[in-house]
Amino acid sequence: MLAKRIIPCLDVNAGRVVKGVNFVELRDAGDPVEIAHRYDEQGADEITFLDITASADGRDLILPIIEAVAAQVFIPLTVGGGVREVADVRRLLNAGADKVSMNSAAVNNPRLVAEAAARVGSQCIVVAIDAKQTSPGKWEVFTHGGRKNSGLDAIAWAKQVEQLGAGEILLTSMDRDGTRAGFDLALTRAVADAVGIPLIASGGVGNLQHLADGVMQGRADAVLAASIFHYGEYTVRQAKEYMRQRGIEVRL
Amino acid sequence: MTTVAVVDYGMGNLRSVAKALEHVAPEATVQVTANAVEIQAADRVVVPGQGAMPDCMRALAERGLREVIVRATREKPFLGICVGLQMLFGHAEEGDVNGLEVLAGRVPRFPLTAMQSAEGTRLKVPHMGWNRVTQVAAHPLWANIADGERFYFVHSYYVAPDDAACIAGSTEYGLPFTSAVARDNIFAVQFHPEKSARAGLALLDNFMHWNP
Repeated sequence: MLAKRIIPCLDVNAGRVVKGVNFVELRDAGDPVEIAHRYDEQGADEITFLDITASADGRDLILPIIEAVAAQVFIPLTVGGGVREVADVRRLLNAGADKVSMNSAAVNNPRLVAEAAARVGSQCIVVAIDAKQTSPGKWEVFTHGGRKNSGLDAIAWAKQVEQLGAGEILLTSMDRDGTRAGFDLALTRAVADAVGIPLIASGGVGNLQHLADGVMQGRADAVLAASIFHYGEYTVRQAKEYMRQRGIEVRL
Repeated sequence: MTTVAVVDYGMGNLRSVAKALEHVAPEATVQVTANAVEIQAADRVVVPGQGAMPDCMRALAERGLREVIVRATREKPFLGICVGLQMLFGHAEEGDVNGLEVLAGRVPRFPLTAMQSAEGTRLKVPHMGWNRVTQVAAHPLWANIADGERFYFVHSYYVAPDDAACIAGSTEYGLPFTSAVARDNIFAVQFHPEKSARAGLALLDNFMHWNP
């Protein structure tokens, strides 16, 4: 049976790994290659890099990082942030990424998802959706690091990106991100049930129970977390052992 | 010194495959190449592949590599990965295209109707992530790899060989499907050994030392 995946996420700012709270107040978390190596050793199923560099000229700094990580770490690597056109997707794949995630650019130009999927294959295209609750049972898609409301309904948008050819969805609750209060399980489940492609839940993990909840209640295919792993609170292995105890199929 | 050609026809993450081979066999020369002469001269050949099979077949034809790959499947240690496995077969549902027809069989898609796991939960397509590979037949490429070990998969199509004798590995995803085939000097896998951590590196190491 297919294992549920645990994916540590590294936010990269101008070549360094950082972690913010509610998308602001960045703290340095260390050297990306070293951290990726450690996660691989602990049994991470994949690693995601999100480039949060604000300026366009600082963004190429992620390419040597991806190259270095891909030469040493033999698990899937997803890279997102600042992807605007198909050429950006190709650049990241050529550097060693296995999947590329797009967010604001997909909202601004949904055809980009279709074009990129046609060019490099759906399996390489992840659409990241940052969603915020706007009324009970209703979430809207935010872009530009959570600053701009697109007005799109998160569930409808998830279905649309599946139709466009996305191979996977990375769903982040803006309400929970950085809060350590757990995933927005209602949001996660609503999107997981709406699409036939794999869903990664993200935003709000503060303990190992939250990861298990994301799979069992949120029905996510994979769970993503950053700070609980970065600061050595838990190892990926501990997270997997915990999930296995809860009856979740994991790779150990 | 051993040379291994990683066939570059513009489809897929060849860097990862090359890096993983260099990692397990630092003494070998790993050539990422689209040059038929180099492929023909190499001691071992790896054909990776990602994405859609019609695109892969077209890219192979455009680069004039069909012939040299078919020759490699007859002459030297050959490793196919993902679409590099699928293209060995006859007819693919995807794009209604024919493969190299080195092995007899079809390449169907996972059913479009929602598949269910044994527990009744919906299975997503693509089949993406770490799944178990049951070693249906003993093979030198399974050395030092536990039966039932997990490897990383990402695909929506799978191979259905006509001849069960070539099945080396099987995986369960809604239905049991063939995840590895072996015949003579050919070994080909649906999963990505270059992305499958230790187990994947062990398989690549075995390939680099395999003398069929």
